[in-house]
Amino acid sequence: MIPALQISNLNVSLGGNTILSGVNAEIGNGEFIGIFGPNGAGKTTLVRCIVGTLVPTSGSIRILGLSPSQAGKHIGYMPQGHGGFDLTALSARSLVEATFEGDHWGLPWTSKKSKQEVNRVLEVVEATSYAGRRFSVLSGGERQRIMLAQALLGNPRILVLDEPLASLDPKNQALLIECIARVQKLTDVTVLFVAHDMNPLMNVMDRVLYLAGGHAALGTVDEVATSESLTKLYGFGIEVVRTKNRVFVVSSEGNVTEQSECTHHDHD
Amino acid sequence: MSRSRANALITTMIDTLSTYLGYDFVQHALIAGTLSAILGAVVGYFVIIRSSGFAAHSLAHIGFAGAAGAALVGLSPLEGMLILTVGAGVFMGAAGDKVNRSDLAIGMVLSMSLGFGTLFLKLYSGYAGQAKSILFGEIFGVSETQLVTMAILSILSLGASAIFSRKLLFASVQPRLAEARGLSLPALSMAFMAVLAISVTLASQVVGILLVFTLVIAPAGIAVRMCRSFWPGILVSVVLGVVVVWTGILLDCVTTYPATFWITTIFFVIYALVEVYHRFFVKDG
Repeated sequence: MIPALQISNLNVSLGGNTILSGVNAEIGNGEFIGIFGPNGAGKTTLVRCIVGTLVPTSGSIRILGLSPSQAGKHIGYMPQGHGGFDLTALSARSLVEATFEGDHWGLPWTSKKSKQEVNRVLEVVEATSYAGRRFSVLSGGERQRIMLAQALLGNPRILVLDEPLASLDPKNQALLIECIARVQKLTDVTVLFVAHDMNPLMNVMDRVLYLAGGHAALGTVDEVATSESLTKLYGFGIEVVRTKNRVFVVSSEGNVTEQSECTHHDHD
Repeated sequence: MSRSRANALITTMIDTLSTYLGYDFVQHALIAGTLSAILGAVVGYFVIIRSSGFAAHSLAHIGFAGAAGAALVGLSPLEGMLILTVGAGVFMGAAGDKVNRSDLAIGMVLSMSLGFGTLFLKLYSGYAGQAKSILFGEIFGVSETQLVTMAILSILSLGASAIFSRKLLFASVQPRLAEARGLSLPALSMAFMAVLAISVTLASQVVGILLVFTLVIAPAGIAVRMCRSFWPGILVSVVLGVVVVWTGILLDCVTTYPATFWITTIFFVIYALVEVYHRFFVKDG
């Protein structure tokens, strides 16, 4: 079977800096993958390579056997933040409508069929009740649900979610994760979920892709979130502290590099 | 005022109006006004959504040099302005956000254009009243040839917008998503800025360069405040634009106060009413 995502020997340099080097990963259909790493580790760079807005320096990415530019319609993408969309006066529903088949020529006419599809995704994320309100007046959690709804248009095979938890409080983080997990069970979509902190995702993810020092490690939480594995990845001493269902990644010097209370951090 | 006197006044006004409506220059003004109002309302909607109001404003000012310099090379002000604004618009579209959000860069180019415009006016001393009509518009001075040019330009720009409006809306509200779906943001931005340049040029024929904002921003701005989705927004914007421009021109005929004054004032009053309504009566934003 063709893997959902196959990354082979991926190298990305931007402005003379090596961001990613020799990254390999094979991700199967229907997997829920958490993508983690410290600020500047290249999480968003990797996402941009997958969705096709950044061409890698060398190496290859295949999505369902296709190149990123061919695979566009199989990918549901949720960019970091609101993608520059903020001061608008359009309703959340109009925003989703504008996104659906927005890459076609012609007038932005919403056909009956596309209206149904928009209704469907709004129902899936349970946003129907506030979809008629202006996007700009929605709360952070509501906005993220609308952004998720857009990513679900057209039933994509892969969901690429870039830091959807950023700037959400713990309660809304849990609600959004629950929503995504439910979608995944429903449609068997492959989920690539970029986040700062592993802990909120412990119960839903199958494997972890951890980026640090330009390199990547892929495996289960138990395989990747260990002092040995992350020390090797970071290139300096890292200690992983595990409690029953919690992970804390700490540098040996004592600076916490990733922690559960960093829910209000400014992401990169 | 007694009832009969009021009736007499209204009758006189209607008489004056019907006399004026028979004149060529009034008919031309109404056609030119309608064309630029429709184009301005549609393009303005995207200007608001893309928050590129400053770009629209600066294009008009850049056009001043073109309109003023046109006579030197034997072109009409309309042609001169069109060439310069479309060129500048395409350049601004290609340069991208970094340049377009730079107040300093735009401000410098703006003032330089106005400076050159002043020079051109001086060099071509044949046109004494030219500056005034470029800056404030000369709605009752539109010739038949100009009307034909304006009609062709309106149809071309509306047609072009119709072809790429779906992509443009997507790219405006979700640029990163649009990029991931293979849309070229610079190409769309250039196409849009070219249409905006044409729209600004047409609007300046009616209300002048200084007041382009009233036709390209005002109706769409008010419509966006009133409607939450695309088609109602465009519709309200167009209707507002056309109705206000007609009212302004006709009020000019009966009152002799300039149409530009009426148009800007009516838009401002509508804007203020909508704003007040939203502040005090709409909880939902």
